[in-house]
Amino acid sequence: MGEELILLNFWPSMFGARVRIALKEKGLNYEEKEEDLPNKSPLLLEMNPVHKKIPVLIHNGKPICESLIIVQYIDEMWNDKAPLLPSDPCAKAQARFWADYIDQKKSKEEAEEGKKELIEIFKVLEGALEEKPYFGGEAFGYVDIALIGFYMWFHTYETCGNFSIEAECPKIIAWAKRCLERETVSKSIHDPNKVYDLAMSFRKKFGLES
Amino acid sequence: MAEVKMFGAWGSPFSKRVEMGLKLKGVEYEYIEEDLNNKSSLLLNYNPVHKKVPVLVHNGKPIAESLIILEYIDEAWEGPDILPKDPYERANARFWAKFIDEKCMPPMWKACWSIGEERAKAKEEASEALKFLENEINGQKFFGGDTIGLVDIAANFIGYWFRIAEEIVGLELMTQDKYPNLCKWAEEYCKCSFVKENLPPKDKLADIFKGIIQAQSAPK
Repeated sequence: MGEELILLNFWPSMFGARVRIALKEKGLNYEEKEEDLPNKSPLLLEMNPVHKKIPVLIHNGKPICESLIIVQYIDEMWNDKAPLLPSDPCAKAQARFWADYIDQKKSKEEAEEGKKELIEIFKVLEGALEEKPYFGGEAFGYVDIALIGFYMWFHTYETCGNFSIEAECPKIIAWAKRCLERETVSKSIHDPNKVYDLAMSFRKKFGLES
Repeated sequence: MAEVKMFGAWGSPFSKRVEMGLKLKGVEYEYIEEDLNNKSSLLLNYNPVHKKVPVLVHNGKPIAESLIILEYIDEAWEGPDILPKDPYERANARFWAKFIDEKCMPPMWKACWSIGEERAKAKEEASEALKFLENEINGQKFFGGDTIGLVDIAANFIGYWFRIAEEIVGLELMTQDKYPNLCKWAEEYCKCSFVKENLPPKDKLADIFKGIIQAQSAPK
């Protein structure tokens, strides 16, 4: 049975990382196409005419957009192995809640760019994590996938904001390191230093450096 | 016996979404009206993160965020499907429900209550967003097909609240000539018996909206 999977992505995107991790968790073969965001490909514009954003998963020619929607799609299509969401409806709702929280706060934080807001968000997430190894309990899952891509950006935030996430939120860092021990994660997340270099080059390019 | 409670606010489209979901599945529940200016300690305990309605409490366990609650209702109870069964169609339904929440409602609401440049900008944004919905509903009775589904429930604000607000504030946005499909959908939607049962009274909503205008034009 020929399954064609194409992922349109931009390498430092935490949202794209979610989809990479989900695909790898399910052991799926896929082709990744790197988008040059200032010059979006005709394919991207055709597959995501509404938002014109990455990531987009194209499955046998049909597009699925919005990273968390893609992750759920992957989980439901390939439901014979490696469940990403719990089967219990209440636990599933909790997982969806926390993934949604991350997205809501991420867009707000981007708008406000506050170090204080970021720490507050992490502290709430630490509360949700409690003493569990992963957000869902013993098994790596949906909420971990929703958040771990952000780890690529920690070094950038820390350097620009002159603070240490580990000092403020040690549980989050411990959780991140635990996730990174999984090959599906380590192969999906890029080197934080590379992300930092890119962020700095954007700043220079758009005249944000003083 | 399963115990189902929901915390809501009579005028909130988000709250009404949940009631629609529960009624669609024929679930019996206890409704607790919240005064949004004076939230109960019970609500704050059940939703400490967002402190908002609606919250569904099933056997003592709280679930928050209307779209998440709707998916929960769909999974926890038998009855008519809120989401389709096919994974691709499910992804599509989730996409449009999210689109309504993030891209339609904020500028539509803002267009109602702003003036001048701000209103023009919000109107433009809302117009663009509604165009996508207009195309999506094309040729179908409901977003869910022949029957109401997640997207129709999510679009309750567009189908009802907004039409009332538009009239009161004199905003011509969702017009018949620009959005014939959406207007037809709104008409069908509001005719549906159990949608009708889950809409707040028009005059009460109109009073609220008129109150907002008065508060805005009151001398400071």
